[in-house]
Amino acid sequence: MDFTRNNIESTIIQKQMSKYQLDYLEQLESEAIHIFREVAGQFEKPALLFSGGKDSITLVHLALKAFRPGKFPFPLVHIDTGHNFQEALDFRDALAEKTGEKLIVRQVADTIQQQNLTEPKGKFASRNALQTFTLLDTIHEFKFDACIGGARRDEEKARAKERIFSVRDEFGQWDPKLQRPELWNIYNGRIHKGENVRVFPISNWTELDIWNYIRRENIELPSIYFAHDREVLEHEGQLVALSEFIQREETDKISTRRVRYRTVGDMTCTAAVESNATTIDDIINEIIATKTSERGETRIDDKVSEAAMEDRKKSGYF
Amino acid sequence: MDILRFITAGSVDDGKSTLIGRLLYDSKSIMIDQLEAIQKQTRNREEGDIDLALLTDGLRAEREQGITIDVAYKYFSTPRRKFIIADAPGHIQYTRNMVTGASNANLIIILIDARHGVIEQTRRHSIIASLLNIPHVVVAVNKMDMVAYSQDTYNNIVIDYAKAAASLGLQNVTYLPISALNGDNIVDRSQLLSWYDGPTLLHLLETVEVQSDIDLQHARFPVQYVIRPQTDVLHDYRGYAGKLISGIYQKGDAVTVLPSGLQSTIKSIEIGGKEVEEAFAPQSIVLHLADNIDVSRGDVLVSSNDLPRLEQELDVLLCWMDNKPLTAGSRYLLQINSYLVKTIVKEIQYKLDVNSLQQEPFPATVGLNEIVRVRIKTASPVAFDAYNDLRVNGGAILIDETSNVTVGACMIQ
Repeated sequence: MDFTRNNIESTIIQKQMSKYQLDYLEQLESEAIHIFREVAGQFEKPALLFSGGKDSITLVHLALKAFRPGKFPFPLVHIDTGHNFQEALDFRDALAEKTGEKLIVRQVADTIQQQNLTEPKGKFASRNALQTFTLLDTIHEFKFDACIGGARRDEEKARAKERIFSVRDEFGQWDPKLQRPELWNIYNGRIHKGENVRVFPISNWTELDIWNYIRRENIELPSIYFAHDREVLEHEGQLVALSEFIQREETDKISTRRVRYRTVGDMTCTAAVESNATTIDDIINEIIATKTSERGETRIDDKVSEAAMEDRKKSGYF
Repeated sequence: MDILRFITAGSVDDGKSTLIGRLLYDSKSIMIDQLEAIQKQTRNREEGDIDLALLTDGLRAEREQGITIDVAYKYFSTPRRKFIIADAPGHIQYTRNMVTGASNANLIIILIDARHGVIEQTRRHSIIASLLNIPHVVVAVNKMDMVAYSQDTYNNIVIDYAKAAASLGLQNVTYLPISALNGDNIVDRSQLLSWYDGPTLLHLLETVEVQSDIDLQHARFPVQYVIRPQTDVLHDYRGYAGKLISGIYQKGDAVTVLPSGLQSTIKSIEIGGKEVEEAFAPQSIVLHLADNIDVSRGDVLVSSNDLPRLEQELDVLLCWMDNKPLTAGSRYLLQINSYLVKTIVKEIQYKLDVNSLQQEPFPATVGLNEIVRVRIKTASPVAFDAYNDLRVNGGAILIDETSNVTVGACMIQ
């Protein structure tokens, strides 16, 4: 067999094909847009849960591609724990204004008051678990039947098992053993009254995919994703920003470090990483070189037990 | 850089989770904290080496029982490719999970334990691969370390499997010997398998050609949503949003709307808000038609020169996925892409034994994980292509209207 000739032929075929070939980011983008439009086509009252983090900012970017020049067929909804970074809140408001889309904000503090909930105690008292209460109330208030979120399957082991259309009961609970089979690209969003579906358009993206997409699409991000000087407290090897929400003790090791955030959650449970990365390129280089996972490095709330995320999801958390 | 979606299938102790763990570990996709968590777990189980299988067992019940309950998706990439692994459990009661994982896969890795050779479960996994028409099949003969890396053992298994594959009409089968536990021939070549001169598993996964799995011949565009801004400036804007699941569309192409049969031509095409001259599968696009005709969600715009079938009585290979048995005469909803239609199962023609391919004619009922051939009738005509010709327009699901659960996977014949 003449291998040389074969190779030349296959190169020619590849060249011809490449005109009609999507690269991996374009494939992921098209899949996410398809999922967004399935939500628009199948549900009466969807919502996009917006946290101000890079994943939900990417969702907004994808929704623009899915629905422009029309309006989004859903509002942006933010469940505000009251412990957010100011930069993320400012960014949220600016993005809502820029896109002209409706933003609904509900405060965890209000739920605590209305339902007489107990504020968690401790050094890094986190309202993360209380968020679920406010989320369920908000779903009930607006009768949302689908909530779009930016969770990714590479984030955590329990998430790796969740469907793209994930049905939750009236209490928002996820039952991993009763999940609907999800075949081909067909999404079954039929539910009973009171139930809702959590929809994850970027399920198949990894952290690095998100950053590469942000770079390619030139997506704007809150400033805390880039290196800046910040007063931090060192706790079990993690750097936690000083804020009014954490209890300070005399023995605390406090210093000013050059840091950036790899994820953006509450100030009480999100840790910063030391970094000099001031551009997206720098960040991508750091992520490629890193030896620690996104949640492992920056989330204080996942370390509690082996099944921490699974337990939270089962009880209505995202 | 493109994407390869693959599924791994093996029996309970074939080392499937170990293989995935090995791929992630050797391609450096596992981070230190994840490794530490596994090490902690492994110590709890009082075992020696770290247990790579723990990487894929996401739920507490799975870790406790040492089994995989549900399809888990795992990701890794090399400079050449992004990989999406559907890790589906291999034991008999979970056929539905394997069918689910296989439905999107370009490739299946069928694991065979070198000590046991081709067994009943191997046949079952291969039959499912064949029914779901997975484009590429890789047979990995695992645990070569347990058979002293014997070339004869490997060759005999290959001969055995080739017979089974031929009887199933499986094409594009590639074989290789591995040891997932020791990492032989996964990412790196192994001295111990020096008699084998083919590619390593990772090299195979990186180079298998997948672009041709996408059909660019038959233009099919299921409408998902109609964009109508209804503002002063865009008063007449009416865009049909959807994904071009196969084929290529250009401005000016003649299209037929199904099931209505109305005809028009493509006036313009938009991608991400920008106008383009042509679009191809699998792009998500917005189409505008030259004529003001009735088009809504569930309709399919197809090339007028190349129509799919439009029928109301369909022959279907059905994988039953519900605990409640299927009986003839039952009513469901059929969903194919964005089209939803009431359906009645008229006749259960035969049940397929997934171990022997033998047919049992007219079974009274059909239980969870069973595969049957049925004839269904729909309330309105369905535009489809035979599953084996065009997977993306021949796969459908059955939904129980009372529970809303997905109860069956249909491969339309």
